[in-house]
Amino acid sequence: MINLEIPGRLRALAQQANEVAREVFRPISRKYDREEHAYPKELDMLAALMEGMEASGEMEGAGAAGVRRTGGGEEGVRNGSNMATVLGIIELCYGDVGLLLTMPRQGLGNSAIASVANEEQLQRFGGKWAAMAITEPEAGSDSAAIKTTAVLDGDEYVLNGEKIFVTSGSRADLIVVWATLDRSKGRAAIKSFVVPRETPGLILERVEHKLGIRASDTANFRLENCRIPKENLLGSPEIDTAKGFAGVMQTFDNTRPLVAGMAVGLARACIEETTRLLAEAGVRVDPTRPAYAQPAAAARLLELEADYEAARLLTIQAAWMADNAKPNSLQASMAKAKAGRTCVEVALGCVELAGGLGYSEESLLEKWARDAKILDIFEGTQQIQLLIIARQLLGKSSAELR
Amino acid sequence: MRALASSPTLDRLGARKAAERAIYRASKGGFQAVAGAGRTFAAARKLRSPARQPVAGKRSMFDLTPSAEQEMLVEAIGDFAGSAMRPAAGQADAELRTPPELLAQGVELGLFALAIPEELGGVMEERSAVTAALAYEALGRGDMGIALAILAPAAVATALSLWGDAEQQSRYLEPFAGEQPPAGALALLEDAPLFDPLAPTTRARRQGADWLLDGEKALVPRAAEGELFVVGAQTPSGSPGLFIIEGGSGGLSAQAQPAMGLRAAATARLRLEEVRVPASALLAEGDPAAYRECVQRARIAWCALSVGVAQAVRDYVIPYVKERVAFGEPIANRQAVAFAVADIAVELEGMRLATWRAASRADAGSEFAREAALARALCARHGMRIGAEGVQLLGGHGYVKEHPVERWYRDLRAAGLLEGALLV
Repeated sequence: MINLEIPGRLRALAQQANEVAREVFRPISRKYDREEHAYPKELDMLAALMEGMEASGEMEGAGAAGVRRTGGGEEGVRNGSNMATVLGIIELCYGDVGLLLTMPRQGLGNSAIASVANEEQLQRFGGKWAAMAITEPEAGSDSAAIKTTAVLDGDEYVLNGEKIFVTSGSRADLIVVWATLDRSKGRAAIKSFVVPRETPGLILERVEHKLGIRASDTANFRLENCRIPKENLLGSPEIDTAKGFAGVMQTFDNTRPLVAGMAVGLARACIEETTRLLAEAGVRVDPTRPAYAQPAAAARLLELEADYEAARLLTIQAAWMADNAKPNSLQASMAKAKAGRTCVEVALGCVELAGGLGYSEESLLEKWARDAKILDIFEGTQQIQLLIIARQLLGKSSAELR
Repeated sequence: MRALASSPTLDRLGARKAAERAIYRASKGGFQAVAGAGRTFAAARKLRSPARQPVAGKRSMFDLTPSAEQEMLVEAIGDFAGSAMRPAAGQADAELRTPPELLAQGVELGLFALAIPEELGGVMEERSAVTAALAYEALGRGDMGIALAILAPAAVATALSLWGDAEQQSRYLEPFAGEQPPAGALALLEDAPLFDPLAPTTRARRQGADWLLDGEKALVPRAAEGELFVVGAQTPSGSPGLFIIEGGSGGLSAQAQPAMGLRAAATARLRLEEVRVPASALLAEGDPAAYRECVQRARIAWCALSVGVAQAVRDYVIPYVKERVAFGEPIANRQAVAFAVADIAVELEGMRLATWRAASRADAGSEFAREAALARALCARHGMRIGAEGVQLLGGHGYVKEHPVERWYRDLRAAGLLEGALLV
């Protein structure tokens, strides 16, 4: 039966995450925005706490590992770990996106491992912090064009290439590297490899200075004859041209709603703060009166909030579908596309509504507006999401609709 | 016109005179008395207490799966929308009227019975705004104007069902469960920029035990043939109330008010000049909360209809852009076109979910003013954009009446600005 309210037990979980956002993240938000590259040591204790809760089952799988799809088979509707994870992320990003991105052991690499690792790998890589290395200087959204190579040599793969924009790259224990087994075989030959941070030949070249999410480190690597055990390949070593990209892309189907959730959380932070500031200025939104019969600021805020609501519901829909074993590639991209552009629109709109105060460093609004832009870029840009959506709707291949 | 003149349905419904009068009035212009087709409303049996459908109540899980009952209803309406409404839409738009047989088929589909408690002849165990929203969405895929013409009386039935007392329900609600439900409309809107339904200029004042109403309501669907109206008017208490007004009341007149779209619904201005109704005509004893709820439920209904129309746009442009060739390949192969289609799909899905959420909160007995406002804001802005993109994607072909997109463009403008007329 149609109901779009979050069940009570998941609301309680979200409430816990909200407290972390308010009491742990917000007080140090500005500090680590200013001190880019300083390690937010406050998070170590929090990470331990979250893992303890996760182990006890209290988290309902609301960590990076929550995206693992377990077989269905249960009767009835499920509001399970995908939804719990997304709700947790929304709340934590209501606190601070940069700090969430650098939560120890909660990296996108952890989600990748959770999505496609076998049981042995899950054991071996459990408890480690894993970053994700996909982008290269000449392969961004066009991830099929990656040049980093992996060559099997005895029991080891030898990796060579260059990786940029690796979130948590300088802090993580493991880097999940995308590399091709055979550049002539295209997408199907691209596999992900788990490279421990201390492996010789994995060379940290630089940590970026960024527009926002400064609490999170973004690293560039060079791989020079970097040797890893062949058991570190995630998924199948077969180059199955029929299946193509499916293996590695599976991670994205599961992580797009999470990034959409980040955008939703940030957007809500902006809207709440702006609602408060406008109320102090005597402007309140009256939901029953027509928008245009209200002050322009109220009408604008209502508009922003409406897009936020659409983004939020699309995001939860994608997670709900994952929980209920429904294919959600289309809905995941819709959520990411809507949430990505909405959080930028909302954050910039809120700075505008708050005027000079919103623009100054006295308010977190200006920081959120800088943080927001990455959410419409990483894990598939706005344009890539629209391509994915359009190809599915129009029944077009990537060769027809490029 | 010829089809109408020879329609046996008119005779079967005993509506020939009324229909002829309506057409005469619309073509003559000026305000004409609303005759109400001579129907008298009398309680067939007395209810001791008002009949209310139980509501669904709170549910424990987030779920987007319709019930089997809802799926069946949507499927039946979908067939009707595709096979009957869509083919009739162009002519109904041009002639400013919906053929009576379509109105009758709408009744047969049980659209009115949704709003009526079981003991008064309704069909649904529970009252459900979600079920109504799903039904309206399916109708919207057929045609918004015809949907409005069909649903206009259902809004009166819903208002009576939600807020009528035992006497009001005994007299007025039961006929809606019959084969020939009254024509009727819920009139909240007035002609004024920035019109606020919470501050109507239509006024009700006491005279002895009676109410006297004065004012003018705008874009009232099928007002000229209306037999029973629910009209929003300011009361001396300072807040507006909902008044039941019979079609034949003295001082009640209508004038055709054709608009940009929704033309099949024969929209008209409804004028009230010292219309006298008894004290018992006021719904919910003038409770301001009931009036506000009425405004909000109407907005959810408009959202649901606009979601259906936006879905029709989406479904129409996809095959078109795949078939239309320019510069040697289908235009769907161009990102500028493909992204426009993707944007339609994304915003449509957001509109739909926000509408469902508002409706499901209403069913749960939760506050839904905020959710209704957010859904309306989305449907007003993105619904209109989808309507405009629909025309744009067909280019010059979209601008001519050979394709339905120009009608959807006109209809979708209504979604975010009209008040009342529909209820979930």
